[in-house]
Amino acid sequence: MAAVQTQVAQQYNYDIVKKFAVMSLVWAVVGMAVGVFIASQLAWPVLNFDIPYITFGRFRPVHTGAVIFGFGGSALFATSYYVVQRTCQTRLWAPGLATFTFWGWQAVIVLAALSYVMGYSQGREYAEMEWPIDLLILFVWVAYLAVFLGTLMNRRQPHIYVANWFYLAFILATALLHVFNNLAVPVGLFSMKSYSLFSGAQDAMTQWWYGHNAVGFFLTAAFLGMMYYFVPKQAGRPIYSYRLSIVHFWALSFMYMWVGTHHLHWTAIPDWSSTLGATFSIMLLLPSWGGMINGIMTLSGAWDKLRTDPIMRFMIVALSFYGMSTFEGPLMSLKDVNALSHYTDWTVGHVHSGALGWVAMISFGALYHMIPRLWNTRLYSEKLVNAHFWLATIGVLLYITAMWISGISQGLMWRAFDEYGNLQYSFVESVAAMHPFYAMRAIGGGFFLTGMLIMAYNAYMTIRQGVREARIAEARVGPVAA
Amino acid sequence: MLEWFSHAENTKPLGLLIFFVTFCLIVLWVYGSRKRGARLEEHKHIPFLDEADDVKDDKHG
Repeated sequence: MAAVQTQVAQQYNYDIVKKFAVMSLVWAVVGMAVGVFIASQLAWPVLNFDIPYITFGRFRPVHTGAVIFGFGGSALFATSYYVVQRTCQTRLWAPGLATFTFWGWQAVIVLAALSYVMGYSQGREYAEMEWPIDLLILFVWVAYLAVFLGTLMNRRQPHIYVANWFYLAFILATALLHVFNNLAVPVGLFSMKSYSLFSGAQDAMTQWWYGHNAVGFFLTAAFLGMMYYFVPKQAGRPIYSYRLSIVHFWALSFMYMWVGTHHLHWTAIPDWSSTLGATFSIMLLLPSWGGMINGIMTLSGAWDKLRTDPIMRFMIVALSFYGMSTFEGPLMSLKDVNALSHYTDWTVGHVHSGALGWVAMISFGALYHMIPRLWNTRLYSEKLVNAHFWLATIGVLLYITAMWISGISQGLMWRAFDEYGNLQYSFVESVAAMHPFYAMRAIGGGFFLTGMLIMAYNAYMTIRQGVREARIAEARVGPVAA
Repeated sequence: MLEWFSHAENTKPLGLLIFFVTFCLIVLWVYGSRKRGARLEEHKHIPFLDEADDVKDDKHG
């Protein structure tokens, strides 16, 4: 066993994958804990404690930054470095540069969180980092692209497996989005403050071109790359249709870039651009569902695994949430539906059914599959994986149900008129009506966080077990080798 | 000629046409030939080519 382990260690660079995998768990715990805290602040505002550093406004980007870029980003670095090596059957190119991407990315997450708490923000959603941090992201991202491309170019396998196409599209699109969304003029060389190059409606369109494509390429395409490798591996059978995966890839790549303006219906932007966004959103349903069906049908003939394998359950439920969110998204992009749903908690619920149900669940499945293999051991406890699965599923359902009720109630209350044509409810009345649902959301988040803590413990024990076994194997082989 | 490209009302439908035709060609390429289809489907086995490395994987693929 030790001989095989040495061979694997020589063949692939697992060191960098291990580092990113561990940090993705750390950031998941931190980010979700902050999420539960700010959800509680909305339900019980006394939790702001009149301390400016921990108010909702400053902690909200800390939460989104830690979960999207800390947890999601680190999981993507880890899995992309793992998948590209294993499907190209070659070692990672430029290990020094890969190490730079690790330390650089962790520095970005920490610096961003500190700057938000200190009150620095560009005020651009999911891109609140000020210009010095944006520049650091740029350097890290170029290094990431170089490492990934270099590894692809050194491949021993003639064909580039489809998961790598999705990862590469994610890296390229994120570079494009990051650069154009963050074009800004700093107030001074030693000032953190900067102002956007765009203004007014143009600025809004740039922000949502970035915002929705961050969802499309960072939170969807990249995690589809994860899905196209880890679902077949865990199921023990190849993807249902490779040809469908090719069409899925190109259809997503062609369509996603056009949909951002559906976030700006009924605003000052040109009506045609708003209609264009809605039209492409509806068309996106086809490739999204094609991909979901491709993933789920991989289990065709082996559905019993859903009963026996909790990791597989994570992956299939993730795909189900992917299907549900990609149905709900186009529905909400219709102008008439959007007139009710926009600016309400329905949007928050939609984002979280995608973020928790799809992104987090597929990442959990991939990490549970990958961590034992990285440390050459077995998972410490499958029972704990099962407990995590149910806590996470109940948590998401509580969260999105609360937000559906809350969001639709808000939309209806804001547009209700009395017999004299005046607004029937004041804004504060709608806020008061939301309280039970805000409490329910915080409880749902609490369930999800508890599951995450269980996963962190399970991963820690698995890694400890792997390290101990490696030491014993070394001790046994040592005298023979000598 | 270059001025024609500088008008958004010309380049928008042109862009749409280029992307749409390219996408149709991709779909045709993927599903147009049975022989090519069979060759493409072979690639789905790539994740399983390094199975020997999964030393402790006695339960799953």
